[in-house]
Amino acid sequence: MSDITIRDVRKSYAGTEVVHGVNLDIRHGEFIVMLGPSGCGKSTLLRMIAGLEEITSGEVQIGDRVVNRLEPRERNCAMVFQNYALYPHMTVANNIGYALKVAGMKKAERLEKVAAVAQTVGLGEFLDRKPGQLSGGQRQRVAMARAIIREPGVFLFDEPLSNLDAKLRVQMRHEIRRIHNRIGATSVFVTHDQVEGMTLADRLVIMNRGTIEQVGTPQEVYDRPASTYVAGFIGSPAMNFLPATLAEGPVLWLATGERVDLRGVMEMPRGLAPRAMLQLGLRPERLRIGPVGSGAMDVRFEFAEELGSGRLYHLRHEDVPVTVVSETKQTLREGEPVGLTLLPGAVHLFYGETGRRIETTLRSSVNERVSA
Amino acid sequence: MIERTPVLNIATHAILAAGLIALALPIYLVFVASTQTLAEVTAIPSRLLPSDQFFVNVKAAWITADFGTKFVNSMILAVGVVTGKVVLSAITAFGIVFFDHRMRMPVFWLVFITLMLPLEVRIVPTYAVAANALSPFQAMLDWSGLTWLIEKATSIRVSMEWNLLNSYTGLILPLVATATGTFLYRQFFLTVPDELVEAAKMDGAGPLRFLREVLIPLSVTNIAALATIMFVYSWNQYLWPLLITTDPNYGVVAVELGRLVPDSSSTGGGIPNWHIAMAGTLIVMVPPIIVVIFMQRWFVRGLISADK
Repeated sequence: MSDITIRDVRKSYAGTEVVHGVNLDIRHGEFIVMLGPSGCGKSTLLRMIAGLEEITSGEVQIGDRVVNRLEPRERNCAMVFQNYALYPHMTVANNIGYALKVAGMKKAERLEKVAAVAQTVGLGEFLDRKPGQLSGGQRQRVAMARAIIREPGVFLFDEPLSNLDAKLRVQMRHEIRRIHNRIGATSVFVTHDQVEGMTLADRLVIMNRGTIEQVGTPQEVYDRPASTYVAGFIGSPAMNFLPATLAEGPVLWLATGERVDLRGVMEMPRGLAPRAMLQLGLRPERLRIGPVGSGAMDVRFEFAEELGSGRLYHLRHEDVPVTVVSETKQTLREGEPVGLTLLPGAVHLFYGETGRRIETTLRSSVNERVSA
Repeated sequence: MIERTPVLNIATHAILAAGLIALALPIYLVFVASTQTLAEVTAIPSRLLPSDQFFVNVKAAWITADFGTKFVNSMILAVGVVTGKVVLSAITAFGIVFFDHRMRMPVFWLVFITLMLPLEVRIVPTYAVAANALSPFQAMLDWSGLTWLIEKATSIRVSMEWNLLNSYTGLILPLVATATGTFLYRQFFLTVPDELVEAAKMDGAGPLRFLREVLIPLSVTNIAALATIMFVYSWNQYLWPLLITTDPNYGVVAVELGRLVPDSSSTGGGIPNWHIAMAGTLIVMVPPIIVVIFMQRWFVRGLISADK
């Protein structure tokens, strides 16, 4: 079994801490995606699991072994690198089989295995080529095959798709998921692309500045983002945020003095201080545009982008930009005021200071507008 | 910025031609002299056209200088030095580039400093060491008082000696250490992506295996470049062999060529055998030229390291 347990793991470079005490339990066979912008510590964490980076403090356990002091090769992990890291002077077959050669496997047996693995990733006819004679996608497959052939307990992926063009990226994404399902090993996949994260992961780990912001299934993370950071990172286009103060119950004052009544939409938890500073988060795809005064608030239309299947409307609430994605296509004049209707799941509330989520109870959608 | 105008083209070609003449003219003169008889070569004004004595002179030079033995010696010296340099500098650069340890920069600078201390500068101490390679250890024993202690305890006087004069080891070893080679490797090793190193680690290859199976195969062009430069360098060694070998059986071509060249001490005011000396020069030039021509393709690629 290859569960991975990460306990209070920290990493410092020359006194500067870059990973601040991460705790994470990964179950055997799970596909975990670590998502975050560059510099958030996700790659460092992955490399600490692999053994390429020393663990400053804390503990990493793979299966039932603490691996802190083990060499990379003793950890039962295989890694796929961003730049593939193929040996340029070796043929495809030798690249794939190198780990087995190092392990001392007989040549005949090795070649047999190489051929079998190469077949599964569609490289059968390229075994005698050098990496320099392959396309990006084929090199990626060689890197995959090199990881698969070792039959590791854990697959580690360090942004393996970021050097591929868009179409190939989608194709390889599917292939990685297929291989994961077939082999059943634990996979940890690092990326900054939220689409990759959402589509591949059993569970997402969203990282920011060396800490984990949220762990959950893609659906959980999308439905109930734990902080403004996660809410802004997951979902495309990004969530809209409007600063607001709490009036009473689920009634807010926006910075403009406008009153937004969420009584029909949600119930607020008790114990929130009145006049508390909040962030009102609105999912663009859960907003609709209606006539002035029909929705929860009024905004001004700026311009629209055509998406084919729908339209991306750029609106403005005083100084704050608000985007709406909708399938209904309307022709609006620049500067024209429109009403904003909230669909279920549109509204997320966060503490103004900490950015943490305020847990609310959803109600069926009634967009009642109570004018001030 | 490359401009192409007829005037510039002519000017650049004129400069190129001037350079070519400056390089080729001395070689041509050597060749002309080697084809002439003694009378012709000493004639004033000098004749600038080749004569017909080339093979006679070459044969004379070969016999006079005993190049048969010297060629073998020089070849042993050159191959030994080249092999030593290629291996030693690869290992040094490997240690400097791929291992993060406290001595990394000190070692790097130590190697760097040797650039400022070529053999010509440290020739006296080097000779002293070659005369007895164990003398540094003897000195350490003497200074630390261990010699005295052992003598008191056992009444045996420790006296170590390992003479390298008149031996191939003595010819080769002092020339092996090289900063140039270490730098050449270092520059190449620094371009090897970290991910490749890490991939090898994940594949379970230890450091020496990585050196042998990944780094060395990747640096063949570098090795070729280094080997070429160093072959010519060691083939042309003069001062060190002159100093350390007194036995003619260990003489090398450059020293022997020096003896062919007539000056007042070797001819004693006798016959100025310039035609023989020039023929000898041509003979001695042949092996480096062959090596350079043969290695040229690799050599250029290794120095510009475009091919990865």
